[in-house]
Amino acid sequence: MAVKLPIYMDNHATTPVDPRVVETMLPYFTGKFGNAASRNHSFGWAAEEAVENARQQVASLINATAKEIIFTSGATESDNLMIKGIAEMFREKGNHIITQAIEHKAVLDTCKNLEKHGFEVTYLPVQHDGRISLDDLKAAIRPKTILITIMYANNEIGVINPIAEIGKIAKEHGIFFAVDGVQAVGKIPVDVQKDNIDLLAISAHKIYGPKGVGALYVRRRNPRVQLSAIIDGGGHERGMRSGTLNVPGIVGLGKACEIAQKEMPEEGARLRALRDRLKAGLEAKLDEVYVNGSLEHRLPNNLNMSFAYVEGESLLMGINDVAVSSGSACTSATLEPSYVLKALGVGEDLAHTSIRFGLGRFNTQEEVDYVIDKMVQVVTKLRELSPLYEMAKEGIDISKMKWQTA
Amino acid sequence: MAYSDKVVDHYNNPRNVGSLPKTDPNVGTGLVGAPECGDVMKLQMKINPETQVIEEAKFKTFGCGSAIASSSLATEWVKGKTVDEALAIKNTDIVRELSLPPVKIHCSVLAEDAIKAAIGDWKKKHGVEVLISEKASH
Repeated sequence: MAVKLPIYMDNHATTPVDPRVVETMLPYFTGKFGNAASRNHSFGWAAEEAVENARQQVASLINATAKEIIFTSGATESDNLMIKGIAEMFREKGNHIITQAIEHKAVLDTCKNLEKHGFEVTYLPVQHDGRISLDDLKAAIRPKTILITIMYANNEIGVINPIAEIGKIAKEHGIFFAVDGVQAVGKIPVDVQKDNIDLLAISAHKIYGPKGVGALYVRRRNPRVQLSAIIDGGGHERGMRSGTLNVPGIVGLGKACEIAQKEMPEEGARLRALRDRLKAGLEAKLDEVYVNGSLEHRLPNNLNMSFAYVEGESLLMGINDVAVSSGSACTSATLEPSYVLKALGVGEDLAHTSIRFGLGRFNTQEEVDYVIDKMVQVVTKLRELSPLYEMAKEGIDISKMKWQTA
Repeated sequence: MAYSDKVVDHYNNPRNVGSLPKTDPNVGTGLVGAPECGDVMKLQMKINPETQVIEEAKFKTFGCGSAIASSSLATEWVKGKTVDEALAIKNTDIVRELSLPPVKIHCSVLAEDAIKAAIGDWKKKHGVEVLISEKASH
């Protein structure tokens, strides 16, 4: 079967909206357009009912209760709210926050911002497999630590942290545990009870829902978590997030969660098989390719690989009918490659050669096979062009060479 | 980011890819950049010691499409030129020809460096005699 081009394989960046989600959303743009805060007519009631239904759908996916779900504009807002909200509310209790080096920028930059306002932040290093060490975490805890914020799964390498173990440590020390769940929720089972998560950030557009809507889980029991709002106004969402609710978006997020929950076992297995096929196909036909980060503790849909001696951006240019992303940062002004791969201890030379494949609900086996063939063809061509490949074949150790850097 | 047609053309059909024997006294080799910066260019030229004309030029590049295009273009331009003419090629000429955006200007700088490094290597191999002939021509 001929594949339809271009192929989208960048599902960590965003996903297409599932047609079933679109269909569920449509009535809420026109006929059922009411404001969920309008308490005195049927338009408002219909909107409110839809929002509460979605709240239940989101809660169900992560084993929470509906009252614990706050709707936001997306995961960046949820990350900001969970970190700044705790910091502000509990600054009398302590001013120390623990996070890790390879968080998403929405967490890292929020922490950096708090550092400017009297908070101290520990950025835990990651091990070569991309996970934090629990001993490092325990050693970093101080009497003034009020928050641990660690992502469930990383957006570049798909590596899953030992969340349940971290949650246990946080609980033992009476420290709040906030989790950026953007890449994990809807892809693998996430259970806020089992994992002792107090706050969990969720995005709709990573799970086949619409852009511009997300959620934050805020624990209500054992312990009850209180947050300071970062957006003030009409007191929506129990005062934690003011602003008229994005009803169609929320309905879409709810539906996306419902589908994810129902189809996760089957979809996870299918994506894992496709990912393994992609990896095996590339490894069979190319030498010197390396998986970045743990393969064992990894999202089923992620593959992040370095193709030694071939610069990532030139690779992307060669496979221009396949949408993937690269850890090379040739376009950035700093010329720095991915900070995530760097934190893993991947050499900068190999970081420049990395490609992230993000498989998704709508990818097929035919597409995977096409991508394997195309990658092999382009990598082989670019290696013919690579002075580094030629030197390596001559037996020269590139890492020991003296390079003249600008 | 969109690439100019000329960058795409050089990327798809790179000119003068390959290597010349490093030890040949008439071959100058320039190796510039560094793997950790994401760009390495190797530019080689075979130069006639009598006429100082660059008779052959070959390149291999590890780098983005613009780096590949810059070095490919450099081999095209230096071929048939004298050493002095080749040394007059400026990175801004490459920027203009390939319509490189500001973030890719370093690729053109690297290509200019590679030309200079290759000619420098050839001059070193020929040592004194080049210096004398240079003096004579001035």
